[in-house]
Amino acid sequence: MGRQETAAPAIELRGISKAFGPVQANKDISIKVAKGTIHGIIGENGAGKSTLMSILYGFYKADSGEILINGIPTAIPDSQAAISAGIGMVFQHFKLVENFTVLENIVLGAEDGSLLKPSLAKARKLLKQLSEEYELRVDPDARIENLSVGHQQRVEILKALYRKADILILDEPTGVLTPDEADHLFRILKGLKDEGKTIILITHKLREIMEVTDTVSVMRRGEMTATVKTSETSPEDLAERMVGRKVLLRVDKKPANPGRNVLEIKNLRVVDDKGVERVKGIDLTVRAGEIVGIAGVAGNGQSELLEVLGGYAKATGSVKLNGVELDLTGKHSDGKSRREKGIAHVPEDRHSEGLILDFQAWENVAFGYQDDPRYNRNAILMDNAAILKDTQEKMERFDVRPPNPRLAAKSFSGGNQQKIVLAREIERNPDLLLVGQPTRGVDIGAIEFIHQQIVALRDQGKAILLVSVELEEILGLADRIAVMFDGHIMGERLPHQTNEKELGLLMAGVNEGAA
Amino acid sequence: MDFLTIIQILDSTVRLATPLLLACLAGLFSERSGVFDIGLEGKMLAAAFLSAAVAAVTGNAWLGLCAGIFASVLMALLHGLASITFRGDQLISGVAINFLAAGLTVVIGQSWFALGGRTPSLIGGGRFPDITLPFADALAEVPVIGQIYSELISGHSILVYVAMAAVPLTWWVLYRTRFGLRLRAVGENPGAVDTAGISVVRLRYTAVIICGVLCGIAGSYLSTGLAAGFVKDMTAGRGFIALAALIFAKWRPWQALGACLLFGLLEAIGNRYQNIDILGATLPVQFMQALPYMLTVVILPGFVGKAIPPRAGGEAYVKER
Repeated sequence: MGRQETAAPAIELRGISKAFGPVQANKDISIKVAKGTIHGIIGENGAGKSTLMSILYGFYKADSGEILINGIPTAIPDSQAAISAGIGMVFQHFKLVENFTVLENIVLGAEDGSLLKPSLAKARKLLKQLSEEYELRVDPDARIENLSVGHQQRVEILKALYRKADILILDEPTGVLTPDEADHLFRILKGLKDEGKTIILITHKLREIMEVTDTVSVMRRGEMTATVKTSETSPEDLAERMVGRKVLLRVDKKPANPGRNVLEIKNLRVVDDKGVERVKGIDLTVRAGEIVGIAGVAGNGQSELLEVLGGYAKATGSVKLNGVELDLTGKHSDGKSRREKGIAHVPEDRHSEGLILDFQAWENVAFGYQDDPRYNRNAILMDNAAILKDTQEKMERFDVRPPNPRLAAKSFSGGNQQKIVLAREIERNPDLLLVGQPTRGVDIGAIEFIHQQIVALRDQGKAILLVSVELEEILGLADRIAVMFDGHIMGERLPHQTNEKELGLLMAGVNEGAA
Repeated sequence: MDFLTIIQILDSTVRLATPLLLACLAGLFSERSGVFDIGLEGKMLAAAFLSAAVAAVTGNAWLGLCAGIFASVLMALLHGLASITFRGDQLISGVAINFLAAGLTVVIGQSWFALGGRTPSLIGGGRFPDITLPFADALAEVPVIGQIYSELISGHSILVYVAMAAVPLTWWVLYRTRFGLRLRAVGENPGAVDTAGISVVRLRYTAVIICGVLCGIAGSYLSTGLAAGFVKDMTAGRGFIALAALIFAKWRPWQALGACLLFGLLEAIGNRYQNIDILGATLPVQFMQALPYMLTVVILPGFVGKAIPPRAGGEAYVKER
């Protein structure tokens, strides 16, 4: 340790600033990362973490400031320069060509000559070596689109290693991984660290920071507010530094007091446009006054389940709401009929399904409820003043900032956008609330508020079906947990009688209890 | 229908498929890089005019070809400027180029030659002559194989052979070279190319220029190989048929050859038999002319399967934020 600290840091940033128009994304940021360590950068969405790393990778140009690599001032005007300086980056949204093979993706941009054959042969050899060395096994001839996200991520890491990166930056690497895959990733990272590589891990998950990093920097509103040794801090301390006030990390709720069955699903099957069966005959019940959480890695049928219940996908089987059969294929299977029956829906992707980003907040609040007599003056004219007033009140009750109904939806932060959707749906007093990924891309402070609202609705005796890929959220919020894998429900568990490990296995399709 | 008639129809198929093929490969390069190009028609037209004009004045078809390529590349750069540098809408830019070419060729043609927008008829060295391949005359008497060789394979202008050679060459460049890998990548995910340290802009400009060169050859062939001089709107929708062929071929070079030969055959039959009688009903010539489009619309989804264009096609590359 002592020897390392005297050496020049692998990365040193001095006074980096970057503005996008009026938004100051990075303000005078200085940081040192020692060689052979894992350094975490934590902060809420929009705190400027990704911007800072994109500057380091030459993706954006800093307005001012200096970058030193191994003590040498280095200009990084583009990604090529970053690669030559030994920096590799794994972006949150992978930069892979989907219909290329693993090998082609790895070689792209790092070819040896103008012909492909020798490059590919060389890459194949090196890839074999690297994958054995670092537990990064992946089929070199597989097409990216046929690989799981976990494997795609390995390709990204291999890409960086193939380019001889000594410094590896990972931007939110675990967002799409199962707990098991995340653990595997952390083992890889520790192995790389032991080889003397320097790793920067950007995340908003406190658990990961505590688990793998040596040092951690906290960013808030474009500024670096603290850099501490991980061993000398705690999740509560980090959360407070991120948000700027004390935050309750766990969900505060009383035990559930479930009543009658509100939603009864029997043998539900969904076939998508490509003819692939996505939901393969599931049974599920949600009772009044209860939150049922559906855990699972994205793409295992949860989205389709929500779409059917929300009224924008067809299905076979039986779904009963308050004992009445719902139309799953006919003309009463649309979103409007669902809403009339008392189902409210906070969709998984608020950008494409929950809001129209270019429209103003008040217009978005009226969507889906445009026929509400309160919003209409007569059969033709809408009562915009009434909608505006209603939106204003909703925004105040849900603490949407800024509380300006005339602002375009895209101008709000992720958390505030979600609050607008939530306010629209919850305030309709539904019997059943469908919530998909309620806190995806939402900062910690807003997560707390959103969770409180969902629990409050439950305590009013409403049924809630929650779909989330965040296990922590499911464990904290749900009163009963169903795990989906490959269109099946692998099993139901009670949150206080299970743990992340057991759920993680179910999410990967392993049911030890059944075997 | 005797054997010689079939050979003659096929011979005419090859001639008519040539401009389609060159334009189709041009579009392939551009669209594989992520720049959609409905301006193939305009580029061909501009090239057809300028090559005929220069060939008419100098009496040299090769100078005409150079001029044609120049005109087409100029148009291609305009498209590149609008859609790559200024990140404009690629469809609008393409449409603009088609209009620009349709108008300019006639206006300039009239002011230069005063022949109502035509160029003078090309004679002698102003046209690309048909090349007789070795032994073609000697083998002409040999039945079947000799006839095929001397009538069908031999006796085309040099540009026909260039077009045919361009198919394997395009395949080789696309799948066997570094440039090809990058070209295919930038049309699928420019972000991957950018983060790999390669300039998206330079790559796309290169593709657009190659597109211009190939369109230039296609246009020059129309006015100095297939015909003898430029006539108003002489491309007659070939740029669009080439685009249809490109979709039909799912953006792949060998399949592009197949599609262009098929469309060339339809045109050859349409030219030879004005109205075709089938089972007592008469198919008007317009039906044959419309057939390539109908095939694209009807047969493609039904029989060939879904044609998936390059995923990043039609969009200018902007770093996210």
